[in-house]
Amino acid sequence: MEARVLVIDHDKCTGCRRCELVCSVFHEGVSNPSKARIKVEKWEWEGLYIPMTCRQCVDAPCMNVCPVKAIERDDAQGKVSVDYDKCIVCRSCVAVCPFGAMNFNPAEKKVFKCDLCDGNPQCVRFCDMKAVDYIDSRKESTVRKRDAALKMAEAKKLGATTVYEG
Amino acid sequence: MALDRKLAVVDLTTGNIEIKPIPLDVRKKFLGGRGLAAYLLYKYVKPGCDPMGPENAVIFSAGPLGGTLASAGSRTDVMCKNPLTGLLGSGNMGGFFAPELRWAGFDHILVKGKADKPVYIWVHDGEVEIKDGKNVWGKTVTEAQWAVREELGDPDIKSAVCGPAAEKGVKYGNVMTGIKNANGRGGGGSVMGSKNLKMVAARGTMDIKIAHPMEALEFDKKYIEMITGAKVNQTMGTLGTPFIWGAANAWGGVRANNFQLNQLLYSDDIEPESLDEISNQTVGKYHMAACFGCQVHCRAKYRIPDRPLSQKLGMVGKYDEGPEYTSQNAFCGEPGCTKAETLLICNHLVNQYGVDNLEIGSLISWAMELYEKGILTSKDTGGIDLRFGNDEALIEMIHHICNRDTWLGDVLAEGGLAAAEKIGRDSLKYMIHVKGMNHLGSDERATPGLALNAAMASRGSDHLRSRPAIDLYHLPEQVLRRIYGSPVPYDGPLSPDQREYAGKAWMVFWQETCFMGVDCLGTCKYHTTFLGATLPNFEDWSKVLYYNTGLEMTPREMWDVAERCNLIERLFNIREGMKKDDPLKGEMLVDRYFDEPCRLGAPDVVGATLDRVKFEKMRAEFYQHKGCDEDGIPTPQTLSRLGLDTLDAEQPRL
Repeated sequence: MEARVLVIDHDKCTGCRRCELVCSVFHEGVSNPSKARIKVEKWEWEGLYIPMTCRQCVDAPCMNVCPVKAIERDDAQGKVSVDYDKCIVCRSCVAVCPFGAMNFNPAEKKVFKCDLCDGNPQCVRFCDMKAVDYIDSRKESTVRKRDAALKMAEAKKLGATTVYEG
Repeated sequence: MALDRKLAVVDLTTGNIEIKPIPLDVRKKFLGGRGLAAYLLYKYVKPGCDPMGPENAVIFSAGPLGGTLASAGSRTDVMCKNPLTGLLGSGNMGGFFAPELRWAGFDHILVKGKADKPVYIWVHDGEVEIKDGKNVWGKTVTEAQWAVREELGDPDIKSAVCGPAAEKGVKYGNVMTGIKNANGRGGGGSVMGSKNLKMVAARGTMDIKIAHPMEALEFDKKYIEMITGAKVNQTMGTLGTPFIWGAANAWGGVRANNFQLNQLLYSDDIEPESLDEISNQTVGKYHMAACFGCQVHCRAKYRIPDRPLSQKLGMVGKYDEGPEYTSQNAFCGEPGCTKAETLLICNHLVNQYGVDNLEIGSLISWAMELYEKGILTSKDTGGIDLRFGNDEALIEMIHHICNRDTWLGDVLAEGGLAAAEKIGRDSLKYMIHVKGMNHLGSDERATPGLALNAAMASRGSDHLRSRPAIDLYHLPEQVLRRIYGSPVPYDGPLSPDQREYAGKAWMVFWQETCFMGVDCLGTCKYHTTFLGATLPNFEDWSKVLYYNTGLEMTPREMWDVAERCNLIERLFNIREGMKKDDPLKGEMLVDRYFDEPCRLGAPDVVGATLDRVKFEKMRAEFYQHKGCDEDGIPTPQTLSRLGLDTLDAEQPRL
């Protein structure tokens, strides 16, 4: 089976931040968004909420920058993870991640990132809107295709034409 | 652990800040949130003080479930002596402030004294500071929240702010957070304004330790399903609270033209589905927003639509959230206006000014009736044609009240009773109020149980203190018995007929206890027995509290806490001069409830009035259930049963 991926449809996000909450409780036993692996970035004055987390990149900058090869990607699971036995906590991975998805916990002197909760991501489990979902990687674009097609279909109903008549 | 959050007592006169732990025995007695705030208010505020003076206190409180896994642990209670009524002032808002306050290490911030210049309070990771407020003072609700984030350089700061209306001394100023989360009805914003306090800003990265994390996660999954599985919450999650307006107006249960009618006619444009369509068009298919940790997501996002009135006023495209059912009452039913753009503009204005929507809408509608009766003339209104249904007049009056820049605006800013005194003549007769607070936009003449709630609400006329809303669902008696017979036994009458008087006093008492319970915990009323009959209450709270905080309390013990805290609120009101039959400060409805029949609506509503004798009997039963004498004063036995016999004499427990 193709590895599943975490996909985010920010349009659906209601901004409740339950994902942050269950993430920090599941991993650390505490409610504390600063220890969550997912964070909803908000522009409240526009009603815009965008959940941000690790994209488990194939050619991951965190992995590439790591001077001690402590970060590896498991292609079968579609997961990038840190080997804490090798990690020297130089925080280079935190610095290069283009999504801010690698974090640093100053109290424990550890970097941390999304580990997909061993195949049952709690953020997905608790998101009733499925703004965060865990699906076959090939499905992400099919949903987008259909949404875009629908918009075109609606535009056509309103009189738009897809044929150039000039 | 989840209970290790502290109380900070901030004296703005001296600049002194005291940080105190909350002992476990205090938790067991008052839990936290609104309940513990009531205790603090009772002990820290000097009897008879001027609510706008430095002796008053304003208390910001989160509950022990705030920021935990418990569904919707988002609520912030704000308590003070209310400048509008001179009695208890208490409001409750959702949003994200309470969890942030807890991550910053605190459950309660009690502010007393008065700063000599504008300030704000900055709470972060166990520390509390008083900061210069020059960058935030004078700003609207959203501008101020943005400004403090800029000043401190952190976009994740959450603040509880007062708006420009409160700065100008309007007596019903809200505390606000986010775009529209409003802590209304309590005058907390006005008290902040009187203290030169613009906001409490919070940011925290401290752990809230969950006592039994994996059990809490699993239990919460079930708990949330119980909440989101209820049809009423699914409806709320698509249409928001306006769905209530749709049903209530169709039935004839709203105030229209102040209190002359009980249904707003030709109101298709403000039906919930119409508002939903505006959100669809201006924001998109997914346009519902949620408070912290809540999966009901009852708050719609919208932009003010492009229509002639919004164009004329330059309001097209402005972003806001809501409107709530209460705004439909305040800006449509009561003033008799039927345009959606009026509703959405007014909602935006009150959110930016930080003023209570119900109070301002009711006061303007009252003034409209006075104008109709000739008690106010166009000379008094400054030339505004203040007739019912005049949308522009309504909007203009909101500006004038919040800016206090006309005679009438200034008079109405002082609140109904003070305004009635200034306007004189028969004006008071037309005001629909309890304890000097204007009534929300529902009409309870056909529903004695709901009417009793309005008269009894500890903060003045209100639906969120004890309304037995499920009384309208005609539930079978055995279902009612199951709900209202637990966790304390009750075998008196209970009727599925909302026109009945018998048994309603118990339902109101039970709801009062339930609502105090949920306010002590710091979760939302839509997650308990309010609008849905299947939602969790005492039994499940006991579990959710244990898994999240480790505190072991039986359902009955939680009931006792709630009963105790309600009694403290009553004792506060009595201390401040509440007497049961006082038309200005009492637990009574205005004459129009008893004298003028409903003119419109369904067959079970048309012609309805309240029966004064039966109403008073119902009130007497309510006092009995509460353990009070015939004047509504708690008996010595009740005080001793609930451990309040030493309340007056004891040193504050914290």
